[in-house]
Formats: sequence, C-alpha cells, structure tokens
Amino acid sequence: MTHGAKIMRSQLGRARGLGSAKTGTEHWWVERVTAAALVPLSLWFVFSVLAMLGADQPVVAAWVARPINAALLLALVLMSFRHAALGLQVVLEDYVHGAVRTDSILGVKAAALLLGRIATLAVIKLFLAAH
Amino acid sequence: MNDVRDALHVAKASDGSTIRRPLSPHIGIYRWPVTMAASILNRITGVALSVGTLLLVWWLVAAASGPDAFALVQEFLHSPLGLLLLVGWTAALFYHLFAGLRHLAWDMGLGFAKPGLNPISWAVFGAAGVATLLVWGVAYARLGG
Repeated sequence: MTHGAKIMRSQLGRARGLGSAKTGTEHWWVERVTAAALVPLSLWFVFSVLAMLGADQPVVAAWVARPINAALLLALVLMSFRHAALGLQVVLEDYVHGAVRTDSILGVKAAALLLGRIATLAVIKLFLAAH
Repeated sequence: MNDVRDALHVAKASDGSTIRRPLSPHIGIYRWPVTMAASILNRITGVALSVGTLLLVWWLVAAASGPDAFALVQEFLHSPLGLLLLVGWTAALFYHLFAGLRHLAWDMGLGFAKPGLNPISWAVFGAAGVATLLVWGVAYARLGG
C-alpha cells in the first residue's frame, strides 16, 4: 500500500472482509438448475391444464391423486418458488436502495417460502385424500 | 446527495455549465435495439410470473378445500379479468421460457456472436407468440368452439 491512509488490517483481512458474501456462485447456479428443471415441468403443467380445461373439482382431485402428477406438481411448486425468490432478489438488488433493500428481499423470501409450503400442503392433502 | 457515487456523476457540458451525467445505459437517449427489449422483458415477465404464482397457489388450495372453493376459482378464471390474467400468464411463461433457454445457451458459451443476437431475440418473441396462440387456440376449440 503506497496510499496516504494508514490501514491497520492485513491485505488478507481486507480481502476477506470485502467483496462477495460467498453465496454468489450458489445463487447463480441454483437459478440455472431450477430454470432447467422448470422447462419440462412448466410445459407439462400447461399441457395438463389444457387437457383438464373446464373440469370441476373431482376431476382435478383425481388428477392430483395420481402419484406421478402429485410428484411433478410438488417439483413444480418447489422449483417455481425457489427460482422466483432468487430472481426477485436480483431485481430488488438492482433497483431498491438503502435500508428497504434487505427488508424487501427478506419479505420476498418469506413470501416465497410460505406460499410454496401452502401449495405443497394442498398437493399432499389432495394426494392423501384419495389414498 | 443521497449516495456518495453521485459525486462521480457531476460533469461539465461543452458550454462550461455544470451538469449531472446520465447513468448508463442512457435508456432515454439510445434507440432501443431488440436485444435491449428482449433483456428487460425477460425480467418483467419473471416478476409477472412470480406474482402469477398466487393464481397457482389459489387453484391448488381451492382444489384441496373442496368443490365449492374450486367452483369459485373456476368462475373467476372464466371471467374476463381471469381470462386476461391467464392469457398474460401464458404469454409471460412462454416468453420467459424461451428467453431462459437463450440464457442457458449463453451460459454454455453458445450464441454470443454479434450477428446472431438480433435474429435470436426476434425468434424468442416469435416462439413465445406462436406458443401462446397455440395454447389458446386449443383452449378455445375445447371450451368455446
């Protein structure tokens, strides 16, 4: 260091203290993995809903009761909310500044977690009701 | 001054007056290339789909609650507002899906060559439009037609 300000911390200490929060790679990677999973899952969901168009509750309940459909629905819910939370976090990091940023990100994570659990419980309830 | 970085945006105009430099990417000045529109629309549809998950949750919870609750969702989804939301959700899903495939290709190092960027951006718009029309064509044929 040749600058005027005297820095009492070692180079290593400064490097450790600054920069990445050590979760950047995981964030990036999980966003891609969930995206790749959502390609077939969301297409399957659109086709399934098209096939059941206008059906009433017993038809939908019977559809969810099939193990393959229940499993794919659970995967769709899990991947969707994980992907949404990661994506919305980046959007908030880009556009929201100041103290509200952390609050809004935590709010999004909480909402995604809760909504995901609620949807998961609904699928499990429909599945168990028929077995 | 809200942010220390604002100090970096003070500059002199050619007539010597002090101005505040615009922030990149100068959205109000640039002509919008299709790549820019494709990029921001991926983000917009992502946010829209996140909000749209509320419909999915409502649909699942209503199905789990029973015939009455489910009939209420069906009634809403078949109303003009419900149909508008569903068409918007379908278009957003297909756009985000095809734009996402483009991103996954980029992540593998494919499709970075400058000449291909504009056609691929248009192709994403086109594929999303065609897929949305196909789905709603089938839906119309099954329900209304």
